[in-house]
Amino acid sequence: MITLENVSKSYSTGAPALNNVSIQIDKGEFVFIVGDSGSGKSTFIRLLLRELLPTSGKIIVNGNDVAKLKRKQIPKFRRNIGVVFQDFRLLKDRNVYENVAFAQRVIQVSSKEIKKNVPSMLSIVGLAGKYKAKPRQLSGGEQQRVALARALVNNPPILLADEPTGNLDPKNSWEIMKLLEEINEKGTTVVVVTHNREIVNAMKKRVVTMNKGVIISDQKEGSYIDEN
Amino acid sequence: MRISTFFYTLKQGIVNIFRNKWYSLASLATITTCLLMFGVFYSVVMNFQYIVKSAEEGVAVSVYFEEGISEDRIVEIGEMILKRDEVLKADYVSATEAWETFSKDYLGEYAEGYTENPLEDCANYQVYMKDVSRQQDLVTYIESIDGVREVMQSALTANTLSGMNKLIGYVSIAIILILLAVSTFLISNTVTIGISVRKEEISIMKYIGATDFFVRSPFVIEGMIIGAVGAAIPLCVMHVLYNKVIGFVVEKFSVLSELLNFLTVEQIFATLIPVSLILGIGIGFVGSFVTVRKHIRV
Repeated sequence: MITLENVSKSYSTGAPALNNVSIQIDKGEFVFIVGDSGSGKSTFIRLLLRELLPTSGKIIVNGNDVAKLKRKQIPKFRRNIGVVFQDFRLLKDRNVYENVAFAQRVIQVSSKEIKKNVPSMLSIVGLAGKYKAKPRQLSGGEQQRVALARALVNNPPILLADEPTGNLDPKNSWEIMKLLEEINEKGTTVVVVTHNREIVNAMKKRVVTMNKGVIISDQKEGSYIDEN
Repeated sequence: MRISTFFYTLKQGIVNIFRNKWYSLASLATITTCLLMFGVFYSVVMNFQYIVKSAEEGVAVSVYFEEGISEDRIVEIGEMILKRDEVLKADYVSATEAWETFSKDYLGEYAEGYTENPLEDCANYQVYMKDVSRQQDLVTYIESIDGVREVMQSALTANTLSGMNKLIGYVSIAIILILLAVSTFLISNTVTIGISVRKEEISIMKYIGATDFFVRSPFVIEGMIIGAVGAAIPLCVMHVLYNKVIGFVVEKFSVLSELLNFLTVEQIFATLIPVSLILGIGIGFVGSFVTVRKHIRV
């Protein structure tokens, strides 16, 4: 589902963000990518989204060679990847329903389908009763659920989550993680970039640890490795 | 594109206008100001040209014939003159008509003392021109025609009018260029501010998998609507004020009433409406299209 072969990424200044990284993530896997700031985790996500191009190496996502995608092909490529960010990135002037429906409008789903799919997805994330609320009226945990609903409403085979619990308290963090686990159990490949040691250690999933742009550990049912 | 997507995009364009009230107002004010300036300037220039043209059409070249010339030859000369591009019309004035006009204008009752027509050899053509700047060419041509005794012209009037026309042309170009530069600068700034406010929104759309067209369309529709309204406001203002201003000028400068021929509001608006709308909508379209393009590469 996701393959990186000897991928390096350098920015114009400083040391390489990724240095000769190779990894294979299979369909239906749940993977944590952990590491300190500057370890290359966010660059990893941005490369998978084709926001960045690798300096060298090959990235295959959903059967697409990311570097060979033409500009016109990128939107269609991204529609197969749900993405959740630490800062939620909701459209602040639209309500919960519109934020989720927006992802469907982008792929030109009919209004009739949207009216069916959005309430159903909001029920899954536990926000059916708050569909009229604006993001500012929601707690951090609720906003992340909306972001999750938006990421999943188009049934993408892959979900990327970049620090999804970074702005949440422990209770909300756990609830989001449980949701991610449920989604994974339904067949979606989930890749979570996180700092949250407690969650990583408790969930017993595959853990890939990065340091200074290099994968230093890749464990099945692993735990958070302290780099110091 | 699905019909529902089209209406969604249209709705988003309209909603965006109200969602970003201050940006919309700033853009609207910019376009309105520029197009009001354009409308006022356009009206002034068009009226100036109309006044000059009317004055030009009143300038005649008089063509007198040699003694004993036949009626047929006079008709032939008239046809030769009318064939020239720069000639608007050529009115034939017979010796009798010339004497009647002269005696009426200058002699009054004293004309009754004359038993014969002193202007027997003064039958002539009054030639009116479309383009007074070509008067000298025409005069040279007419002087070369057999049967023409004398050609009388007013070189000073012709030169003054054609000089004024040129001046208006140069000033028009200069002012239009300045207006375009100022409006492009102002609109580019307001659009940039508006887009930077929504940079995050654009990046979210792109992460979700929106095409450039889908991202850009609401912004472009928003720009075009603001442009259309920005054109409509100065048109309404101009329509209300035009006749009042013309009335005021005519009243204040009644001494020049014979010279001051103004275009009607309908004549001005026949061109001003389409031009303003095209400019307004065009500025809105280009401004939003180009500026969104800068932020769309996520």
